[in-house]
Amino acid sequence: MSVTISPKRLRREFVRKVKELSGQNLQLCYQCGMCSGNCPATSNMDLSPRQIIELARLGLEEEIANSKTVWICASCLACTVNCPRGFDLSKMMEAIRLLTLRKNIDYIRPEDISPQERCELPQIAMVSGLRKFTG
Amino acid sequence: MSVKEEKKNPAETAVKEKKQIAAKLIPIYIMGKRYEVPEGLTIMKAMEYAGYRFIRGCGCRGGTCGACGTVYRKPGDYKLQVALACQKTVEPGMYMAQIPFFPANRAQYEFTDLTSTPEEVFKLYPELFRCVACNACTKACPQGIEVMDAIAALKQGNIAEAARLSFDCIQCGLCTSRCFGELAQYHMFQLARRIYGAKILPRAEHLAEMIGTINEGRYDQILDELKHVKEDELKKLYQERESEPMAAGEDWKPEDTRYL
Amino acid sequence: MSLAYYPGCTLKTKARNLEEPAVASMEVLGFKLEEIPRWNCCGAVYSLAEDDLIHQVAPVRNLIRAKEQGQDKLATLCAFCFNTLKRANLLMRENGEKRDTLNSFMDEEMDYGGEVKVVHLLEVLRDEIGWGALAQKVKLPLRELKVAPYYGCTLLRPREVAIDNVENPTILREFLEALGASPVDFPESTRCCGSYQIISNPDDISEYARDIFNSALSHGAEALVLTCPLCDYNLGQGQKELMKKHNEFKEMSLFYFTQLLALALGLDPQVCHFELNYGSPGSLLREKGLLS
Repeated sequence: MSVTISPKRLRREFVRKVKELSGQNLQLCYQCGMCSGNCPATSNMDLSPRQIIELARLGLEEEIANSKTVWICASCLACTVNCPRGFDLSKMMEAIRLLTLRKNIDYIRPEDISPQERCELPQIAMVSGLRKFTG
Repeated sequence: MSVKEEKKNPAETAVKEKKQIAAKLIPIYIMGKRYEVPEGLTIMKAMEYAGYRFIRGCGCRGGTCGACGTVYRKPGDYKLQVALACQKTVEPGMYMAQIPFFPANRAQYEFTDLTSTPEEVFKLYPELFRCVACNACTKACPQGIEVMDAIAALKQGNIAEAARLSFDCIQCGLCTSRCFGELAQYHMFQLARRIYGAKILPRAEHLAEMIGTINEGRYDQILDELKHVKEDELKKLYQERESEPMAAGEDWKPEDTRYL
Repeated sequence: MSLAYYPGCTLKTKARNLEEPAVASMEVLGFKLEEIPRWNCCGAVYSLAEDDLIHQVAPVRNLIRAKEQGQDKLATLCAFCFNTLKRANLLMRENGEKRDTLNSFMDEEMDYGGEVKVVHLLEVLRDEIGWGALAQKVKLPLRELKVAPYYGCTLLRPREVAIDNVENPTILREFLEALGASPVDFPESTRCCGSYQIISNPDDISEYARDIFNSALSHGAEALVLTCPLCDYNLGQGQKELMKKHNEFKEMSLFYFTQLLALALGLDPQVCHFELNYGSPGSLLREKGLLS
């Protein structure tokens, strides 16, 4: 993918918030791609976990907003335990999700889950799903 | 004061009452505006004294209908407290606002189609799982219900426990007004109590037995006899009937056992 | 010996086949699992945002329930609950500022500072009973049963809460060996099943399940052993989808570790609730002479 980097497109406020919510130093990442390699969901993502880190620290909020990657992440922490730099990507993914959810925009609404599924799903699926996808 | 006395000298009574009232006015704040109201009034009466007229947010005036949920705060305290306006008496400097209704989600269902499984609640109220156990609901309950625990019971699929814990709920909705997860606790509890009452609680065996006895005509004769008794005689029968004493033990029986 | 125990919501409905055999087995092993009173949902997932303390309230409140009972240890069965409770406990132990904020928010509860130790039942089996002692209690060795340990995520990640080596866990293998079964290692044993993505991306879930089952099968497994009700659901449902789509897909049985424990200890198989399992556990166990 190609992206245009320019001071105009840089969203400093976005970078600041991601850092603050995740508690992570985005500059730690040296783009080795261990996260993408270990992520079981990379093949279902439009942007790889590694790319998300790079875009986030460049402040390219739009690219990230247009991607589904953070919503495909299952917080399995395969990236976290395998990062040679000690960067906790799971926390950055959460921070980016929260920036949307906290605007009272839900990714999934409880009523979108079919009544049959609501009966079949174990409670932990409902609790964890609604925690990750509703604000 | 008896009615008789009042008839004797109504003017004097009114003056006395007014003096009494005028002597004990206290300041309260209704929706931020200061009013001086007589001490000892309930919030509801104080609001009426201040000029409010209730066309909603007022029902039984007896603490059971849940229509007059109110949030208040005392001066010098950050804590928000809750009460029913018809029950709580005003205190000096109290800030208050009624929350008589909350636009909470109330699921539509055909009750006869429901089963007694926990999944019925999950299906109708999936937002149940947004609870974060912050306990704001319990703190907001004027009935002292452990609302958070009852919600926990529902999540665990324990409808009977939720029904038991929420038994005193009067559906005022104050729990929902404080809920971080936007749950309609009181509607969920009502569903739980309905399912519990109709589909979980065992039926009383002797009730069916008694209905059977009635249907078999055990009481037809006595009822027929009563139908033909003259009014005066009926009144006499009623007044002279043998009734169970207040402190009767379980083995109490009437002298006339013909109809037991 | 009594052991404070946190079940979690799912174990009271869909995953009774995880809880009931555990309670019965532990009794045989000399431990009485005592459910803590007034427990609440733990929140299932640990909140990952620095400023989000409200989602730490639920797990901490449960830890307080254990402390109120005078307990210094809290055992869990559900891998999700284990992870959330243990991480929240670490937060309360290590972050003074957040601990104070949470304690003052929960002004109706006693203060908490991480005094209770959160353990998973597998750790109790390994560290307090020991594999050797467990093996001696086995009445019905699960001979010939080729089971692949499926750890999933939450028992092993992040590192600070892992019950075993993160890269190369052996606790389930050792457990299976103690029961006399034949453990089958496979590379996908710590790979995520897709977790809560089931509510938004069910198609991806069956893809993950396919990879996990194929890998286990190709290494010779006849069944998977699990610790998490969400893994169970995702793999079980995923398998059903795969069987609908592909005729050649071979069904695999899923067991909770506690079911195999109860079976090996010679308990009445009814306590295992095999009827709640995915796959055909009954026919596999009968084939192996482990169930009549």
